[in-house]
Amino acid sequence: MDIWFSQLDTENVKTSVRVDKQLFSKESEYQRIDVFESKEFGKMIVLDGEIIFSEADEFIYNEMVVHVPMAVHPNVKDVLIIGGGDGGVAKVLTMYPEIEHIDVVEPDEMFISVSKEFFPETAKGFDDPRVEIINMDGLRYLRRCVDKYDLIINDSTDPFGHTEGLFTKEFYGNCFRSLHEDGIMVYQHGSPFYDEDEAAFRSMHRKVYSCFPISRVYQASIPTCPAGYWMFGFASKKYHPLIDFNPIRWKARGLKTWYYTTNLHQGAFMLPKYVEDLLEEEEGKKTRASED
Amino acid sequence: MDRKEQHRAPVYEALEAFKKKRVVPFDVPGHKRGRGNPELVELLGEKCVGLDVNSMKPLDNLGHPISVISEAEQLTAEAFGAEHAFLMVNGTTSAVQSMILAVCKAGDKIILPRNVHKSVINALVLCGGVPVYVEAKINPKIGIALGVQISEIKRAIAENPDAVAVFVNNPTYYGISSNLKAIVDISHEAGMKVLVDEAHGTHLYFGDDLPMSGIAAGADLAAVSMHKSGGSLTQSSILLCGAGFDAEYMRQIINLTQTTSASYLLISSLDISRRNLALRGKESFNKVSRMAEYARNEINEIGGYYAYGRDMIDGDAVYDFDVTKLSVYTRGIGLTGIEVYDLLRDEYDIQIEFGDINNILAYISIGDRMQDIERLVGALEDIKRVYGKEDSDQFCGDFIQPEVVLSPQKAFYAEKKQVALEESNGYVCGELVMCYPPGIPILTPGERITEEIIEYIKFAKDKGCSLQGTMDINVDTLRVLEGDEDK
Repeated sequence: MDIWFSQLDTENVKTSVRVDKQLFSKESEYQRIDVFESKEFGKMIVLDGEIIFSEADEFIYNEMVVHVPMAVHPNVKDVLIIGGGDGGVAKVLTMYPEIEHIDVVEPDEMFISVSKEFFPETAKGFDDPRVEIINMDGLRYLRRCVDKYDLIINDSTDPFGHTEGLFTKEFYGNCFRSLHEDGIMVYQHGSPFYDEDEAAFRSMHRKVYSCFPISRVYQASIPTCPAGYWMFGFASKKYHPLIDFNPIRWKARGLKTWYYTTNLHQGAFMLPKYVEDLLEEEEGKKTRASED
Repeated sequence: MDRKEQHRAPVYEALEAFKKKRVVPFDVPGHKRGRGNPELVELLGEKCVGLDVNSMKPLDNLGHPISVISEAEQLTAEAFGAEHAFLMVNGTTSAVQSMILAVCKAGDKIILPRNVHKSVINALVLCGGVPVYVEAKINPKIGIALGVQISEIKRAIAENPDAVAVFVNNPTYYGISSNLKAIVDISHEAGMKVLVDEAHGTHLYFGDDLPMSGIAAGADLAAVSMHKSGGSLTQSSILLCGAGFDAEYMRQIINLTQTTSASYLLISSLDISRRNLALRGKESFNKVSRMAEYARNEINEIGGYYAYGRDMIDGDAVYDFDVTKLSVYTRGIGLTGIEVYDLLRDEYDIQIEFGDINNILAYISIGDRMQDIERLVGALEDIKRVYGKEDSDQFCGDFIQPEVVLSPQKAFYAEKKQVALEESNGYVCGELVMCYPPGIPILTPGERITEEIIEYIKFAKDKGCSLQGTMDINVDTLRVLEGDEDK
């Protein structure tokens, strides 16, 4: 038996994983959902042909979207996760006792039930009484929120699928309004390496940069992402991710992690030159090379 | 309508059969299934250029249909409940113009509301008919022209018993329908034909709880934009004949201006779309209505905006409202419709149908998805937050009853000169001036220019409306009739 699952990173590059068996495949109202069992990555969940997470590397992602803002913001009580139907982000958040509410807004009920069935460890996040699941479109939910959250995490990954609306100016603007005056938004910033992803990367930064007074980008190495390289956005009304970063306070918590460290926190914001250039061009601090 | 029959698509089937024969083409078009123009194939795809063929025996001829096109027209007529249907390949513009050319000769009067499409005025330039405008009420809050009131139709008919026809929109661009049944009855009693422009009303023939369609109301002719809500390719359209209208005469009129190289891409798109509408139109349009209603409620919840719907109905000037239309009054957030229209495109990557001075119109169709509706609503919310202003500068524009000095045809062909817009007061206009979209005339050839109209044009220009129809692209000057000022 030789079955391979391939994810097309671009038209000319694919990431392939040898699959032991397919555990699930169904079309939900929003997307096609597949679950595979693999030797290297364990179980993987695939939405519309793209790996969303695998048992082997999901910790990187979940830790990076939670610990980074939590080590900066001194007092997080109310958190909103947009997407997040797998429960992984919620699970890491529940490590923080001061958090009072975690709202998970996920429109796709099937995605939640598949996560619960095949990834019970990850979906444990949903068992905490502070977590509430809301089955609704993210944009629709946000329209009714004003000054409500300390932290918003956009856990949707695909700017071209049914979550397209979560990568738009109106989404970031709605997040801004929904946050308290010292609120932070963390979001998926995609992968900047391949040409076809670069345009989306640029436009995301341009939109967020025009919405929030502080807008920085940080990175992580995630094997199942295109080019193994993934970026996150840190948009904030008040706190700077490095200036207001408090490693002593965070270390005192004694949380167990596998990826995040306070050293890595600082390193994650130190970007390669070509990424820095892309960002600065969108901030208007630099002109594009081709326009020089 | 025989549902089983409606499963057929004769033109499409003939094209499929023709393709399988692999006939060697020594006829036009010269690209020969794309082989002579690889870049075109790259752009449109092999399948598409392969269907771009000439009229021939197995595929029939649109100008004189005797086989598959004739069958397709028959099926279309049945699907729409009409006596006869014509597949049109030069836009609803040609369907509207053919309707007018079929009933109106030089000097004949035709009764119509002012908010007709420019194609109507252009048809009058062609045939020499004389317009008699029915005064249309303007909603004072949102500044749009409403439907035709029965009292006004009665008055126009009484004052012009020699008129040959009554022309109405069903519905208007904004979704407003008049009491079409009553208009048909009154007009027929006076011996006048009724022509209906249903450029925005294809779905009325299929959906539930929508305004009555022209043919159902007993109209003599109806022009139906299949390419709008019907889903066919841009530029394809349908002209319907009601009971008792001479279809053979209609065909002759259509052939006066219709191309003799009709595109099979357009014809087959009409054939397939008709089948789709007949079989699935009802559920599709019910879904469209639900999406539009949802968007309306969500937008009204934002505050400042007014997404109007059935609440507009007053039994007369707004006899019925087409709920698939999503028109939104934007002045409540201090922005004109044009400003919101531009912001949506430039800042939010959302293209809507049009923005006028007070409103925007988002076109909702069978191709829409809920997530796109959420984006639109989310963007409107964000626009209010980021760009909203104190509501000011309420300019609605009342209905300006035009003084028709000459027929559009006489004015169009008269000796003319250019004068500055500011100095044009009192002249007879020699050209069409309109905001596009929606393409409804402010001035038509043969009408007296007034101070009020000049002010309106200046205001519309100032607000960023695209003014079209004039020889001077910037509309700094107007083309007027020589020696006819009357100051």
